[in-house]
Amino acid sequence: MSNDPIHQFHINKWIPIDVGGVDLSFTNSSAFMVATVAVASAFLYFTSSNRGLIPTRLQSVSEMAYEFVASTLRDSAGSAGMKFFPFVFSLFMFVLVANMLGMFPYFFTVTSQIIVTFCLAILVIGTVLAYGFAKHGFKFLGVFVPSGVPKLLLLLVVPIEIISFLSRPISLSVRLFANMLAGHITLKVFAGFVASMSALGALGIGGSILPLAMTVALTGLEFLVAFLQAYVFTVLTCMYLNDAVHPGGH
Amino acid sequence: MFVSSAHAASTTETIVAQTDTHGAAGTAAPAAPDAHATETHTETGVAHEKAVFPPFDTTHFASQVLWLALTFAAFYLFLSRVILPRLGGIIETRRDRIATDLDQAARMKQDSDEALAAYEQELADAKKKAGSIAQTAQDEAKAKSDSEMAKITAELEQKLSEAEASIAAIKDKAMKEVGTIAEDTATEIVNKIIGGNVDKASVSAAVKAVRG
Repeated sequence: MSNDPIHQFHINKWIPIDVGGVDLSFTNSSAFMVATVAVASAFLYFTSSNRGLIPTRLQSVSEMAYEFVASTLRDSAGSAGMKFFPFVFSLFMFVLVANMLGMFPYFFTVTSQIIVTFCLAILVIGTVLAYGFAKHGFKFLGVFVPSGVPKLLLLLVVPIEIISFLSRPISLSVRLFANMLAGHITLKVFAGFVASMSALGALGIGGSILPLAMTVALTGLEFLVAFLQAYVFTVLTCMYLNDAVHPGGH
Repeated sequence: MFVSSAHAASTTETIVAQTDTHGAAGTAAPAAPDAHATETHTETGVAHEKAVFPPFDTTHFASQVLWLALTFAAFYLFLSRVILPRLGGIIETRRDRIATDLDQAARMKQDSDEALAAYEQELADAKKKAGSIAQTAQDEAKAKSDSEMAKITAELEQKLSEAEASIAAIKDKAMKEVGTIAEDTATEIVNKIIGGNVDKASVSAAVKAVRG
């Protein structure tokens, strides 16, 4: 059963909690959410506690994360978008640390659960909608009307824009979820080859070198994907927030 | 013979079955129908029991949403209240510090430039002053030497003229005495020749006539 590539995505109840028939148990998934938050918070807190004018290496890592997210947000949503900076920074750190924690063997990957990525995506789109309507009222609907398009074409373009807007939370969540899920399954499958081929004897052990090398290479790739998906999630969040700040600014 | 071959056949079959099991263990790919199909199902046995892929298993959705909301909200609050002001403050302080340092450096550079200009100005002034002092000294020396020269020349001139005057006086006196000597000599000569006294007046008249 240890060779089953799907096994790592199973949710186990650690502390069963049941509220009015709704299962709200503290599961391994919950534990790794707590771990993600704890690791990210502790890292950011302790690396910046010296407030060094000349940063230590770890402090500069925290500062790099800060300035990286800040410049990404400023580039896409302008300085008016900077009010979302804490939100975007939290999202980036949460996704990044969750992805990175998932790279440890036997660790649970929070972002490989579609419900988790979907909630994060809904949070982003919800923020865009709530802020957009609160700030601009019905003018926010200008998001669906690109400027400089002939009136007749609008009949075609507006539905397309609405559909693309509605598909955003889906694409945003599925992209992250599918990348993490597929990566972890692939890793597990290749690692499984190593184990099952080695069981075949001397020839199998010789032949298992290939999948072993593949596993090593994939691990490197997965670290890249873990960072890249956190980055992509952040960049897309910034672009969507730009719509909330500047509707009709297509 | 017959039995053994049948036995052999059955063993090969089991080996094949075993290898297939191993293959399926890794890939979960259905290699063969019927007999192996059950194998594949047992490999992904958990999925078979619950009949859903774990990430799509809705039974845990409520719990995941709740815990995500709790942890993410706590994370957001902690970051926005504690971490981000702190990191922002650090970066801001550094930026300010760099800006002031740059300002100070620019001011210092300006100061040094001014000092250099002042130094060069003073150097030029000093050179000019030195030149003028040298010039004055030279002029003074020249004037002094000129005046001394003139004084000496004048003294020499005076001495020269005095000498010339005394020479002229001596010459006059000598010339005057030449007449008397000539008269005396002529008188003597005449006296010796004639052997008597010659009138002195006539001799002097004669001498005067000779001398013209």
